[in-house]
Amino acid sequence: MILHLNGAKQSDAPIEMETCRAMRQRQKYDGVALVAPYTEPYARYSSHTAHWWIARALRGCLQTAGLNKNALDGFCASSFSLAPDTAVGLTQHLGLCLRWLDHIPMGGASAIVALRRAARAVQAGDAEIIACVAGDTNHTDSFRKLLSGFSRFASDAAYPYGFGGPNMSFALLTDHYMKTYGATRADFGKICVAQRDNALHAPGALMTKPLTLEQYLNARMISDPIALFDCVMPCAGAEAFLVMTTDRAVKMGLPFARISGLIERHNAHTDDPIQFRGGWTMDVDELYAMAEATPEQIDLLQSYDDYPVISMMQMEDLGFCAKGEGPAFVRRHDLTIDGSFPHNTSGGQISGGQAGAAGGYLGLVEAIRQVTHTAGSTQVKGAKRAMVSGFGMINYDRGLCTGAAILEAGDI
Amino acid sequence: MSSRAHMPKKDPQKRTNTPTQPPPQRSRAALGLTAAAAEGRFMLQVCPECRAVQYPPRDACVDCLDTALQWQDITPTGQLLADTTVRTSTNLYFRERGDWRVGTVELDAGPKIVCHLAQDCSAPERVTLLARLDRSGQGVLVAQPENSKTRLADDPQLKALTSDPRHARVLVTDLRNANTPALVEHLLAAGAETVFVGESEAWRKDPQRDALAAIPGVEIMPLDVTDTNSVRQLAAEIGGKIEILINNGRFLRPARLPSGGDTVFAAQEMDVNYLGLLRLAQGFGPALASRTADGQRQALAWVNILSIFALNPVPGFDTFAASQAAARSLSLSMRATYQSSGLRVMNVYVGATEDVWHQPVHPPKQSPRALARDLVAGLQDGLEDVVSGDTARDLMERFREHPGVFEREVTFGEWGV
Repeated sequence: MILHLNGAKQSDAPIEMETCRAMRQRQKYDGVALVAPYTEPYARYSSHTAHWWIARALRGCLQTAGLNKNALDGFCASSFSLAPDTAVGLTQHLGLCLRWLDHIPMGGASAIVALRRAARAVQAGDAEIIACVAGDTNHTDSFRKLLSGFSRFASDAAYPYGFGGPNMSFALLTDHYMKTYGATRADFGKICVAQRDNALHAPGALMTKPLTLEQYLNARMISDPIALFDCVMPCAGAEAFLVMTTDRAVKMGLPFARISGLIERHNAHTDDPIQFRGGWTMDVDELYAMAEATPEQIDLLQSYDDYPVISMMQMEDLGFCAKGEGPAFVRRHDLTIDGSFPHNTSGGQISGGQAGAAGGYLGLVEAIRQVTHTAGSTQVKGAKRAMVSGFGMINYDRGLCTGAAILEAGDI
Repeated sequence: MSSRAHMPKKDPQKRTNTPTQPPPQRSRAALGLTAAAAEGRFMLQVCPECRAVQYPPRDACVDCLDTALQWQDITPTGQLLADTTVRTSTNLYFRERGDWRVGTVELDAGPKIVCHLAQDCSAPERVTLLARLDRSGQGVLVAQPENSKTRLADDPQLKALTSDPRHARVLVTDLRNANTPALVEHLLAAGAETVFVGESEAWRKDPQRDALAAIPGVEIMPLDVTDTNSVRQLAAEIGGKIEILINNGRFLRPARLPSGGDTVFAAQEMDVNYLGLLRLAQGFGPALASRTADGQRQALAWVNILSIFALNPVPGFDTFAASQAAARSLSLSMRATYQSSGLRVMNVYVGATEDVWHQPVHPPKQSPRALARDLVAGLQDGLEDVVSGDTARDLMERFREHPGVFEREVTFGEWGV
């Protein structure tokens, strides 16, 4: 028993934080199936609500699986434009009777976190079939309004300085990354041009014209060194998938993906003066160990691409190359669907559009398609193992939420 | 006196821009930075338990969760790590102003700070941070190269953080105040284009008048702050032509309760010190507040010179202190009213001043020259709270430390007559 006397410390020898962190490994995500990846085609602007978009995606996802919504007993939602509702309001709005419900406000990390929680719920028997959905609408003034109420630290300490939103925050860390590691705009341009090439194969991508490196380099500056084609286009859209047991997926005859590894981390590396890496680095070894795989065995990467510097950072932090070697790695590889390192095969957000929280789902939904060989015109030949990564929430000066998963094809 | 450059005249057919403002939303904790910036102080929260310096402002220590964070002056130096130029913004204020320089600074004291950048600042380099008020009246941080001699007023992006009187037209409301010649001299030396000086009861000639009238750039105008019509008339005439108003009107008669059998002097103190300010606010306030985005000629600041006795009465100045407390209260209401327009309300607190009415008060007393110097420096730094002189600073410090103790030590004490 610990006595508190006159403000005495709880313990003279506090347990070291590192000891706590290293105590136990994450358990595997065996027996969990991801099925019915569904994308509700995006629109630049929409007069509909987030509720409408989420309903469309849920319906499309259930139809893909051949299920009635009454079969669901778990539901997880992510959205920036659902206010004043949360997932709770959606249960009544959409007529869902559930025994497991979650709402994940983690932006670009929402899908990985939703998947992790849903997988654990299915493993533990807390739910049988869970729908994970993210969707947002985009009215003509939505983006400005979203920025205005984003976070307390952003209101206090970021927006008063030019009100540049995420463009400004990422410009600062891109500037620092370029100066530190010698990345050039052409390196980032290569990522964007390859994604545009991929988007031309993706039926739903908002960007439908080819992009050349020259066009990328000559585009107008938005917040130096970030130029027009480094930025995503805010849009309306929704994405969804189902989580269930592999047994059920097999019984239903549904193509499914398995989780061979998954990590989640928030607010890592707080001592870094400016962000040059994400929380992935703390857990990436465990990710590969759990998946019993190496980076060389990953057939494609769906990185979170709100800006190309973040994709480059993920290539480093997820072990495809060492810190600072991102530029050389990109120069060395062809990042298109048929290339040596297929990356953001559906065009990512940079060429597909950023549908709010659905932007966090885009890569995961595409990865399920890829490993189940249902990606159609964006299919990477022989894709067996995909890495999906999430990154979310510039609360002040850096993204706080990170996560990544390795998905593999399930055997039907 | 420096040479005074005249600004080009405004084209009356052009639209006067509606004032817009940078984002004004702040948490309660962040208002500590604003209060410090109002005095031009660079302060951050410090944890009393583990000494960690915090930023952005918090409700609990990021290192040890102590919730008793305290605002302290912090060494404002650091390393600029990254910079950018924001060229598109969804906020109207920044949109109108075009390219905007922003950077990330790692402060020597620890925190990482996103801040405005002076034009001559680029990463990587050593910088010094300043805390200033923006045109939403909120505190912001600015990085300048270490040892920079460039004034913020010379930086087109950061000029709005100042109320610099250069090229400005200023109204000083009371010719009869002993501090008027010093104010005029310092304003003109700082580059003010014109100083209008209000004169009440012109038939009663003031010994300072001739010397003031002879100064190029000074225009003497009829103004009696106890007369609503007089205030209205002058506001109609020059309300749209001044960028700074300095209210230095003051009526003071030492009085200790209970004294005399009437309220004549007390009423006059209220009439000049409180109602006079109210009449000025009614007459000039709307004109100034509507012109804060008026091209090159932007209304900048409203200055009230207040006695530090406004915080707490000092024996011997009982009725005067009451009128000053009323004026201070009104001044704070004006600040709230004009906040959305971007017009700054600057209170300059002074202790006993070198004049006949403070004759029995022991030194140190504030000279008109020192007051004028602090006031003009406050304008140049865009401040809202200036405490001028050793006495006023001492009293303000004691007041802030413990208002209850301050009241007793002053009212029972030795400051009075």
